[in-house]
Amino acid sequence: MDSHIQVKNLNVYYGKQQALKNINIEIPKNQITTIMGPSGCGKTTLLKTFNRFFELTEDTSLTGEVLVDGKNIYDKDVDVTEVRKVVGLLAQRPSPLPMSIYENIAYGMHIHKMKKDRSEYKAAVRHYLEIAGLWDEVQKRLHDPATSLSIGQQQRLCLARGLAVEPEIILGDEPTSALDPISSQNIESRLIELKQQYTTVIVTHTLRQAKRLADYVIYMYLGEVIEAGPAKEVFSNPKHERTRQYLEGQF
Amino acid sequence: MSQENPTFSNQTNKQAEGRAFRPSATLRARQDQAAQRAFFIFSLLPVLLILFVTVALFFRSWPIISEYGLSDLLFGEVWKPNNGQFGFWPFILGTFWVTAVGVILAVPACLLASIYLAEYAHNRTRSIAKPVLDLLAAIPPVVYGVWGLVAIVPFVDDKLAPLSDRWLGSFSIFSVNQPTGFNVLSAGIVLAVMVAPLIISVMYEIFSTVPNDLRHASLAVGATQWQTIRNIILPQVAPGILAAVVLGASRALGETIAVLMVVGNIPQIPTSIFDSAYPLPALIANNYGEMMSIPLYDAALLSAALVLLVVILIFNILSIIVLQRMTRKK
Repeated sequence: MDSHIQVKNLNVYYGKQQALKNINIEIPKNQITTIMGPSGCGKTTLLKTFNRFFELTEDTSLTGEVLVDGKNIYDKDVDVTEVRKVVGLLAQRPSPLPMSIYENIAYGMHIHKMKKDRSEYKAAVRHYLEIAGLWDEVQKRLHDPATSLSIGQQQRLCLARGLAVEPEIILGDEPTSALDPISSQNIESRLIELKQQYTTVIVTHTLRQAKRLADYVIYMYLGEVIEAGPAKEVFSNPKHERTRQYLEGQF
Repeated sequence: MSQENPTFSNQTNKQAEGRAFRPSATLRARQDQAAQRAFFIFSLLPVLLILFVTVALFFRSWPIISEYGLSDLLFGEVWKPNNGQFGFWPFILGTFWVTAVGVILAVPACLLASIYLAEYAHNRTRSIAKPVLDLLAAIPPVVYGVWGLVAIVPFVDDKLAPLSDRWLGSFSIFSVNQPTGFNVLSAGIVLAVMVAPLIISVMYEIFSTVPNDLRHASLAVGATQWQTIRNIILPQVAPGILAAVVLGASRALGETIAVLMVVGNIPQIPTSIFDSAYPLPALIANNYGEMMSIPLYDAALLSAALVLLVVILIFNILSIIVLQRMTRKK
């Protein structure tokens, strides 16, 4: 397996409480990996170690390594903003920045000074809005505030904003849980389209969504990875008793 | 609600113990209503007090307003009560000079401090720094006045004035025309320190109205914390920052004792920060109760108080409206 993220002996603590216990997994490149498990099992915590977002919570500590393309992102010499440029995040609730639709997409590109002039920015904004399937809906009102969009549109906007800084990995923290079924479906089909070019990691607590999306599955329970493997194998023939129980909907 | 609850408990009690509790229950309901009314009256009291004070000041200052006219009083430049000349303009300008210098000195530092506390500082740092700031606000003004007298006035006189005279003397607002440290700058420095805790704590509250989702959205595309603050947070909080400044200014406008100890108290229109001045609160505090034999003197001082009150009320109301809008958005 060609892995994009490797997690080695990862332990995460909130204060003195251990949230993740000795995690060792590999995330395959250019596939969709879903992290499943009951609430409070550490899915989101694990996801947030991939872009160093878990550091934003105070009083956290971590041992072990998270390697992206073979480089430990927790090494002292790593610039955290560079990590977050390579590893994008689609949050649980859409969070448009308080500016126009256009500026939302251009924001990250401006931050990293990725384009030379206005016409390049314009072209890039259009490109990423098209990728997110939003262009047709917003092309006539690019300079309206992003908050004027519907929730579903906002989430696609956030997807486009994340993609605009040219990441290699997309993290999704239950990215459809705040959306209506049609918008959810829309986001899901985007993610499936994009998986040729991006490594995607999605935290989900709906089993059906995991089954629709996943190429690779990680099942967690109480801060530990119980089982990880190709979706087909895990869903049809779980090796571990707990995974089987979860898949059968026993908890 | 207050009607239903007693009835409900009454019924259950009846079933359980076979006794009627209705009198007790209605008593409770009445107590509840009485308490509600009492609290309402007490919270109405401050509003009434402000109205009462304003109206009373207006009536007490009416004799002089009706005789000289409001604009002659406000814009008159000569203050010679013995000659019957009551011009407030030097005092009004003195108040604004001192306040402006204080606010200009305080605001940049307060903004940086509140950004640090709200955005960068660890919880532990914050839990120490915030109480210390509150403590700073609790120091009595007269202590600040003494500090101004023994530390700031000599410092301004010996160090800042010669420096400014040499390098900035060609700008009239920095020129040194008087051989003393009792001036607008000294008062401004003391005021800046006095209003800083208030401004910082209001600004801090403003920053905490910004939802974390916005910070995370910006950080997630690889922005630094400073880029996030500058591009996302500051534009969001700008009106609130302005309101905090106005609130600080209204506190500075009314500050009396610490200012009058260091400002020189000379009724002139300042043209430089090294000029002495005589702000309105100092005028009232220094003179009320003395020289009352002079005709209309009492009315003149009370109309000075009225002017001060109205200005401060306007400042406060403006900033409160903005701040309420901001917190409601949160």
